[in-house]
Amino acid sequence: MHAEYRKDLFADERSDDFDVVGKPVIRQDILGHVTGRSKFYDDHAFDGLLHMRCVRSPHHRARIRSVDSSAAERQDGVVRVLGGRDVPVNTNTLLSLINFGRDDEPLLATGKVGYVGQPILAIVATSVRAAQEAVDAVKVDYEELPHVLDVEEALKPEAPIVNDEYPNNTFDYFDTYDHQKLRFGDVETAFSRADHVVEGEYQMSPIEQAPIETCGAIAAPETSDRITVHTSTQALFFSVGVTAKQLDISSARLHFIGGTVGGGFGGKVDSHHEPLAALACLATGKPVKYMWDRAEEMQVGGPRGGERWRIKDGVMRDGRIIARAFTGFFDAGAYTRLSSYAVQKSTGHLPGPYSIPNVASNVYCVFTNRTPSTAMRGFGITAVDFAIERHMDKVARVVGMDPIELRILNAYRDGDMKAHRREAKNCALIESCQAVAHKAGWRLSADAARASSKTGGGEGASGVIPETVTDDEGRIGERRRSGLAPEPFSGQGTRGLLPEGHSSNNSSAFGNAPQREDMEAEIERLGFKGGPGAPPTPRGPVDEAASGARPTVPGETSRPAGAGGGPTLPAAYAQRPAGTVDQSIAQPPAQEPAAAEVESDSATTHFQRGVRRPGVSRFISGSRRR
Amino acid sequence: MLEVQTYPTIGEAAGAMDDQARFLGGGTLIMNRVNYGDPRFNRIVRTTDASLAEIRVEGERLEVGAGVTMAAILASRDLDFLAPAARAVGGPAIRNMASVGGNLMAPHPYGDLAVALLALDAVVRMASGEELGLEDFLARRNGVVRSLLVRRPRGDEFRFRKVSRVKPKGVSVMSMAAHLTRSAGRLSGVRVAYGAMASTPVRVRAVESALEGVSLDHAGIAAALSAATEGLDPPDDPIASGWYRREVAPVHLRRLLLGEDAR
Amino acid sequence: MKSPVTFRLNGSETAVFVDPGANLLDVLRRGCGDLSPKYGCGQGGCGACTVLIDGEPHVSCLVLAETVAGRSVETTGGLSNGPDLHPLQRAFIEGFAAQCGYCTPGMLMAAKALLDRNPNPTRPEVEEAISGNLCRCTGYEPIVDAILEAAKQRGAA
Repeated sequence: MHAEYRKDLFADERSDDFDVVGKPVIRQDILGHVTGRSKFYDDHAFDGLLHMRCVRSPHHRARIRSVDSSAAERQDGVVRVLGGRDVPVNTNTLLSLINFGRDDEPLLATGKVGYVGQPILAIVATSVRAAQEAVDAVKVDYEELPHVLDVEEALKPEAPIVNDEYPNNTFDYFDTYDHQKLRFGDVETAFSRADHVVEGEYQMSPIEQAPIETCGAIAAPETSDRITVHTSTQALFFSVGVTAKQLDISSARLHFIGGTVGGGFGGKVDSHHEPLAALACLATGKPVKYMWDRAEEMQVGGPRGGERWRIKDGVMRDGRIIARAFTGFFDAGAYTRLSSYAVQKSTGHLPGPYSIPNVASNVYCVFTNRTPSTAMRGFGITAVDFAIERHMDKVARVVGMDPIELRILNAYRDGDMKAHRREAKNCALIESCQAVAHKAGWRLSADAARASSKTGGGEGASGVIPETVTDDEGRIGERRRSGLAPEPFSGQGTRGLLPEGHSSNNSSAFGNAPQREDMEAEIERLGFKGGPGAPPTPRGPVDEAASGARPTVPGETSRPAGAGGGPTLPAAYAQRPAGTVDQSIAQPPAQEPAAAEVESDSATTHFQRGVRRPGVSRFISGSRRR
Repeated sequence: MLEVQTYPTIGEAAGAMDDQARFLGGGTLIMNRVNYGDPRFNRIVRTTDASLAEIRVEGERLEVGAGVTMAAILASRDLDFLAPAARAVGGPAIRNMASVGGNLMAPHPYGDLAVALLALDAVVRMASGEELGLEDFLARRNGVVRSLLVRRPRGDEFRFRKVSRVKPKGVSVMSMAAHLTRSAGRLSGVRVAYGAMASTPVRVRAVESALEGVSLDHAGIAAALSAATEGLDPPDDPIASGWYRREVAPVHLRRLLLGEDAR
Repeated sequence: MKSPVTFRLNGSETAVFVDPGANLLDVLRRGCGDLSPKYGCGQGGCGACTVLIDGEPHVSCLVLAETVAGRSVETTGGLSNGPDLHPLQRAFIEGFAAQCGYCTPGMLMAAKALLDRNPNPTRPEVEEAISGNLCRCTGYEPIVDAILEAAKQRGAA
């Protein structure tokens, strides 16, 4: 089959003769791997390389009364002792580069520590041993403080404050709530008419990524007044941005080299080594290596955070799940890093791959005195999927149903409306279940064996956004003041009602209002082009797209096809009030330039416009010089 | 700064030891500490004394030099009874380095070979020539070891078992060894030792006395199984909790005593 | 306080001055410029630094560097003969037996020690031979397959 692929980007570099599937492909980097010549960050030789070790907190939470490094500074081989006051911008949060969350984590702690292993001083010396001996010679006077290690304990009014920037021990969502809400339909009414209410609690421990190469970076001065940084980072541009910000220098002075990573699995995105190594390089004028040993990698390296989930299902006798409520807790550890995002990612994943007409969730990003957690393979998804699928089995037992058939019965079908107000597409859970059952020799009923993701989706209520009950409970600070339970609809806050079809959007191409003005999507930069003569929409099989018709689904007759004549946006991005005939797929916003204008827009203009957008970090631009 | 001192004989090396020095055998314990900048010592003492790597027959006993590696045990026909325990230590690279003497000093949860030697009632010969029972040595764990003296067990009297979560190489949840001596068809004078169930390898006297005079079958060992962890307070570590170790110990003890295969 | 050490590295006479207490891994990487053995743990737990000393695998992070005086050390850096790859290297390439590549040099050395001693190993023997070498990405199956394939190729050659 010869398919036409999207060619609006990299048209000259992409060919349609994809022919590698099913054939062994030799990795392009493997010759270096088997000869030992691949250059990992530590595989670079420098004259006079200095080494860095950190003084670390032995306590979960403590006030630092005083730090005395005078003996350490006098030791043989010690070149420099760096503390928080030596870092130009000591406090940062990783996602500040995309304006999400407040700076809450010091590169080197001052005043207090929030977890075991938190760095306080960085000591630069001529050898690892000299640096370690100096670390051992530093005297820190701590006043140990009460700490909290459990997410729900941390929500209690009497819990110690973990992170001063978030004194309620929860990340602030939308400057309003202490949790991320999801509301779809009316779970409470549905629970009251359900034949069974099935509840369960599930949790997952923190997991260390444990790459064989430990995290680290080497920063070395270049003759051009730049700093070369060899790093193990998985996120080179995070690391550049964070380093530029924390050192308050132009990113143009930072020459970052990475990409050959000795295993990361998410654990190499935190961008702490690069700013410290670069700072030490600036302070000493020498190449400096900051490399974790294995003990640090395990104790200090951000793991996949622990999660706890409670699920409450309203189920009918026939196995239909009519309501599902979640309460989720992400253990961020002492600082935010990526947990705030993980919560949103998980919320977007609810209620799992099932068509459930009433869904509510409260998901919390909770601060505890544990090692700050970070990315790891599917973080935000893995634990809640585990919870959901364990819970599906529990529901199957309660209603006395085959667990695979229960899944097939409730599975998303193409055209179903998801709880976050997008249409389900390319669904394959039913087919996956059938394949698993077949391979396992598991007998399915005739109905289950016949089911298809392509039929029955979006029928009746399952295709529309239902009338939705809303609430405003869980405002920032409220929970700690009043000991409010974390479950959705557990309090007395003001209830509201959103009409059927409401997608909380009137302005965005994405169907949801942007959180901030500068987060408004720029349609033309996403490759969706409008107007006569525009290339076909990239979504869906080419014949249907070319005709301008919305791909239709066999058996789905209640949906009108989109109007012809230049559809521009995927249907799911359009607001489609329920019960009304969808006259057209949403037209591009008025400000969208015509295709011709887009073509003339140079890459430079895009870049500059990007960095000039209000609220975007000045450190990304490269325009600041020191 | 660290200093390395190399002596031609074990006696001279032993004479150079003090509390700021560590004796380097195969390196698997001491170099680990060196790499992590252990501030408790500033001298490494070692010897090039070739006699440490010897395995000699001394009357009814075998003398195993402290520098004999796990790999050397595996290659020795005389020490075939120790092979299951030697093979349980590390991977091939570690076994090329790790020595008998070092295994006696290995911190929890390491020291699987010492568990076997403890059940076999091995005697430690110090650099000075002094001899003491392994149990006494483990209680104080100091001095420089020259060799171990051990008697070859008869027939299938000796059993060793290591329990780990990863195969073929994993750290001990526990290791167990039993020397099942018999008299007139009944167990008599049995010695049982555990590793990773206390801060050092230990003998389990409650189990030993429960096995006195019984027959080696399900009924005979029932009392020993109920006494499997009597007097022990197994430690918590990242490999297993003390609770878990206590719970599963009787199962593994049964498998050890009856020679059952783990599933 | 440095002391001189002379040994053979991948067949070539090598002399280097080492710090007291320096491990062989650091000396190979920083003193000799052979960056093929990797640091993973400094505890002998991961095998990324595995080299052969007189043909036998050792974790070089736990070898006191001065103890290799007069001995022969082999690393992955010396495994190929110029552009001619060792059968193990070819089998690793063709069998997708490396992903991030960080454990690969140690794996290759552990495998070479096995094949040099036992040209026709069984699968359990291969698993035992690399049991001290951790891989966190690819999984062990393709690595074991590649080692068995290399043994087969070498037997055929």
